[in-house]
Amino acid sequence: MSRLSNWLPTNWQWFNRLGSPRWFYHRSERWLPWLSLAALLVLATGLVWGLAFAPEDAKQGNSFRIIYIHVPAAFLAQSGYFIMAIAGAIGLIWKMKISYMVMKAAAPIGAALTFIALFTGAVWGKPTWGAYWVWDARITSMLILLFLYAGVMALQYAYHSVDAASKASAILALVGTVNIPIINKSVDWWYTLHQPATIKLTSAPSMHMDMFMPLLVMIVGFYLFYAVALILHTRNEILRRERKTSWVRELATAKARG
Amino acid sequence: MLQAPLLSVENLAFERDDSCLFSAVSFAVDSGEILQIEGANGSGKTTLLRLLTGFLEPSVGAIAYLGRAISKCRYDYLSDMLYIGHQPAVKLNLSAEENLRWMVATAAQSNDISIVDALTQVGLAGYSDIPCYALSAGQHRRVALARLLISNARLWYLDEPFTSIDKQGVEFLQSCLQQHVARGGAVVLSTHQDLELTNLRKHRLLPAVERVS
Amino acid sequence: MVTQDARKMDSGFAAWLRRDLLLAYRRRGEVASPIVFFIMVSTLIPLGLTPEAAQLAKVAAGMIWIMALLATLLSVDGLFASDYQDGSLEQMLITPQLLPLPILGKVTAHWLTTGLPLTLVSPLLGLMMSLPNAGYLPLLCSLALGTACLSLVGAVGAALTVSLRKGGLLLSLLVMPLYMPVIIFGTATVSYAVDGVNWLPPLAILGAMFAASVALCPMAAAGALRVTASN
Repeated sequence: MSRLSNWLPTNWQWFNRLGSPRWFYHRSERWLPWLSLAALLVLATGLVWGLAFAPEDAKQGNSFRIIYIHVPAAFLAQSGYFIMAIAGAIGLIWKMKISYMVMKAAAPIGAALTFIALFTGAVWGKPTWGAYWVWDARITSMLILLFLYAGVMALQYAYHSVDAASKASAILALVGTVNIPIINKSVDWWYTLHQPATIKLTSAPSMHMDMFMPLLVMIVGFYLFYAVALILHTRNEILRRERKTSWVRELATAKARG
Repeated sequence: MLQAPLLSVENLAFERDDSCLFSAVSFAVDSGEILQIEGANGSGKTTLLRLLTGFLEPSVGAIAYLGRAISKCRYDYLSDMLYIGHQPAVKLNLSAEENLRWMVATAAQSNDISIVDALTQVGLAGYSDIPCYALSAGQHRRVALARLLISNARLWYLDEPFTSIDKQGVEFLQSCLQQHVARGGAVVLSTHQDLELTNLRKHRLLPAVERVS
Repeated sequence: MVTQDARKMDSGFAAWLRRDLLLAYRRRGEVASPIVFFIMVSTLIPLGLTPEAAQLAKVAAGMIWIMALLATLLSVDGLFASDYQDGSLEQMLITPQLLPLPILGKVTAHWLTTGLPLTLVSPLLGLMMSLPNAGYLPLLCSLALGTACLSLVGAVGAALTVSLRKGGLLLSLLVMPLYMPVIIFGTATVSYAVDGVNWLPPLAILGAMFAASVALCPMAAAGALRVTASN
């Protein structure tokens, strides 16, 4: 597997440099304020637009507005798993430490987003179907995704050796990635098998444009927010893992002094 | 033409969890030689042997078998190698004979010596039918050592092979090693024991320099 | 040379299969416990739900499948554990043969000593839970294929947790989401038959999952073992 790294052309220096935790730490300090500002602005726009200005739904009234949080959260939860798995794969193939740190940082963020999606789904379910929890295909898939995240996190913390923890979690994340389409399709099929009489969730393309636009804005905002959260968490992870090196010690003493 | 040594190690270093176990280890072993790895407890003797077997991957450095990197000739290298680690890999629920039979079945090459003969030579003559949970740790070690008699491999990697065995066993093992290198094989072993062998070289494993970043 | 290499490839799978079967035979009591668990826990269902035959018949297929899954989960923990402790795993990792082959041998032995007995005992449980007559053959077929998938996927989880001390519970957590598609199609096979519909399609999908697992799981487990067994 390490031979793959020989295929990297030498002018991809930025890729190799990105592999240095110290470089990433210092560079991300410059990106962070702009990203945070962008995330804040986009989220604020989306929220205000969706919660206040978008038209009411014919059947559900105002309660449908929770989708402006539910759908982006669900989207990011799924994407977040793939991001985590890709980070793990990069770490396994190119043996980059920073990749493993990103993978570890991505896990709790993704799990939290999955939980938010489930929670907002329940909040939406009460006025719509009269029950907080309904076993429909999407919610069940979300729940299984939460378990997949929990597995990766549990494996990370089970190992004392950081190297073993990283590699094992990366392998598990990849196994989970292969399984996610299988699980989603199986659960979809299972749901159609039993066909309880409930209202189908509004699917995005059949929504009216006036409702759809703020949703798009919210999705972009959530992506930006995810990026900020991931960078912050990765920076913490870098400090934690590199705490014995001289540059981190200098950073700590400089902070303490000033 | 100078033939490449059986095993050559260049500038080997191993790092785990940001601490460097050892670095800049280089040596070569040719057929007919015994290399004893010495070092304090925790200096990485077991890790070095595991690196030689390909079980672990080095952080820096190259290991070559007959001049070729072991990652490129894995099958040939592993077929020509015998490794006995800390644990003797003896299943407690099987008898000594069954254990040895399985070890031979999974090995690449073997001598014509029969399993019963091998067990007799290591001093487990009457014990071939008894399950191994009834045997002592020293007897388990002897079952593992019986592999040495059956195997045809040229390179032997032995991690603390003298633990748990008595004086008779020590003498037997030393004569075994001597015969093996006389036939053209090579041995790399780690032990604290003082060996009385000809063709013996020692390599001292030093702790690594502190990592500066 | 070719015949010798073929013998080498063969003895990787066959030698480990034979050894594990022999070991299972020597520890008959231990190996029988998942099956005993399977039977005993199935007694809890009427106790916990209702003894009425009609009600039981509705949940029979699903319940038997769930119990089979749990019984497999209990036993897959020990797949690599004893080999890790006595050094045999180390030897397996340095044999010249491809690593997925010994792993496949071990998993086959595990299925033969756990999944297959569970499958064969399941009609008895079907009887106790008033499973309709149409459901017996599909139950056997789906459990035979399904438990094989469960053993294979469980091997990956066992490989990931082999060096951990209390790895059993973590193993269950890791492997459970991966088991869910298997149970969906396994119970669907039986439900289809009980409803009088053609039950071969879900069984075919189960077969596809089995084929994919046989191809991919030994490799995944091999990769996982190389990472975890060196700790």
